[in-house]
Amino acid sequence: MNHGKIPFIIGFLLVPIALYAMYVVSPFVQTAYYSLTNWGGFSGTQDFVGVGNYLALLSDGVFLNAVAHNAFFLLLMPVTTIGIALFLAFLLNVGGHGAAAGVRGVRGSSVYKVVLFFPQVLSVAIVVVLFQSVFRTDSLGLANAVLLRLGLIDPAHPAQWFNDPNSVLWCLLFVMVWTGVGFYLVLFSAAMRSIPREIYEAVVLDGAGRGAAFFRITLPLLWDTVSVAWVYLGFIALDGFALVTGLTPDSGGGGPNHASEVISIELYRTAFGQGKFGYACAMGVALAVFSLLLAVVQLRITRREWVEF
Amino acid sequence: MAGRMSRSLNLFSHGFLLVWTAMVVLPLLWAVLSSVKSDAEILSSPWSLPGVPHWENFGRAWSTGHIGDFFVNTVIVLAGGVLLTMLLGSMAAYVLARYRFPGNRIVYYVFVAGLTLPVFLALVPLYRIVGNLGQLPGIGPYLGLNSYLGLILVYVAYSLPFTVFFLHSFFRTLPNEVAEAALLDGASHGELFLRVMLPMARPGLLSIGIFNVIGQWNQYLLPLVLMQRQSGTDTDHSVLAQGLLNLAVSQGYKSDWSGLFAGMTLAMLPMLVVYVLFHRQVQAGLTAGTLK
Repeated sequence: MNHGKIPFIIGFLLVPIALYAMYVVSPFVQTAYYSLTNWGGFSGTQDFVGVGNYLALLSDGVFLNAVAHNAFFLLLMPVTTIGIALFLAFLLNVGGHGAAAGVRGVRGSSVYKVVLFFPQVLSVAIVVVLFQSVFRTDSLGLANAVLLRLGLIDPAHPAQWFNDPNSVLWCLLFVMVWTGVGFYLVLFSAAMRSIPREIYEAVVLDGAGRGAAFFRITLPLLWDTVSVAWVYLGFIALDGFALVTGLTPDSGGGGPNHASEVISIELYRTAFGQGKFGYACAMGVALAVFSLLLAVVQLRITRREWVEF
Repeated sequence: MAGRMSRSLNLFSHGFLLVWTAMVVLPLLWAVLSSVKSDAEILSSPWSLPGVPHWENFGRAWSTGHIGDFFVNTVIVLAGGVLLTMLLGSMAAYVLARYRFPGNRIVYYVFVAGLTLPVFLALVPLYRIVGNLGQLPGIGPYLGLNSYLGLILVYVAYSLPFTVFFLHSFFRTLPNEVAEAALLDGASHGELFLRVMLPMARPGLLSIGIFNVIGQWNQYLLPLVLMQRQSGTDTDHSVLAQGLLNLAVSQGYKSDWSGLFAGMTLAMLPMLVVYVLFHRQVQAGLTAGTLK
């Protein structure tokens, strides 16, 4: 039965491993090495500078500014997205009117789930172009037009959205949340469906309201899913490249006047714009260490006893 | 008292549901509507329905805006990328899940470790590696920067960690008895994989396939770095995501707003139509992919 086993194993693993080693493993290893050099990328010469790049990062104002903006997204984006997605998922699955102990979702909940998932299947470029036009700074963009209709802004001074250093991060946060809610709503819905209906009905019979049912039943039983979602969203919050480069002003994005600079933008500009590859690699390593720590810490904090049901 | 409170809570929550739905649907509808308006209509009355539908906007976006070319490029890269990912991913996952050999665990963990590292970290050397491959005699032009196969192979490599991770757990759950029976009947290991195991893994393959289609469709950073024209005479191999963003920049200068909206609609509708038709599978596939 073992006839031909070894050649079979080698044959099946050879190509995947070769591709993976060449395109994934080797660049990661190289990045770690280059981060210790002053390599310029296009020149052949490079000197070993040790942790010099990392020390320089610590006093690089633009980079630290970018780290602060990523921290802003990291603090606010996952919690907002998960909050809205959980709330809507609960509404769609348990929020309907029913007989005394009947528990079901609101009417049309399956249609809502299809429609609210739309942003997930739009490529990020489409999201960018869409919100460029929604948040246009004259009165023709959708957002300004709505506010004008409602009389909330002065026609002579429409909101400046991405062009205003005070609002640019909030607008980006909005677009991130807009893009993310649909997916997590469906994810949480799927997890909620696996909670036996009788548990809810028992709680409702006991006289608890829907809010109590949510905090005492749904949230604890969904905790694992929420925790995974938190880690995924954390990674997204640490990236943000496409949205920032596409939506914010100044060359390559990050404006106005560095108000929306994030690490990924700074890394891209340092490497491909200024040709400081070694320094850019150090930023990449810092970012990777940051996200690994985040995942570990997050999973530690949210770890709970496993609940069987 | 409790009744009234829960009623106003209900009112609030349903109101919120409606507002959020409107926020998702309105921008999309608005973009589609604007795509059949004239520029003058977009500027003067962004809200009203178009007087006469301007279907020629689509023709202009398709040919002058090169949306058609970007579309073809995207389909080529996506088809090659997803098929090859599925093939190589299922092969590696299968062997790692069902055969004992020295080094098995190490290979598996090296694959899975790729899940935690951001693509950004690899970007700079990756650019060099693909560039150097392009210098190889003979096969260089097919593998280097701005080549379909070059980008496809990179997509495949970066899709492998999750595909292997997901299918590994799937192949492990398949029953041993069937495999042993097939081998006793004289099937080779290759036949066992193709004829018995792959068909049994179909639900898993469907989920991860959908996951990869959407994942590779959403790529922006990798094509941005690797699919740049290398010289003035080089053909433009931009995928839709890049092309659309470039279009947004250049149409902004030309103020061809209707053409831009038409291009956006063309890029958006096929995926939305496919999604609506297969929404059950897409949602199940994506969520299963995340939860595993």
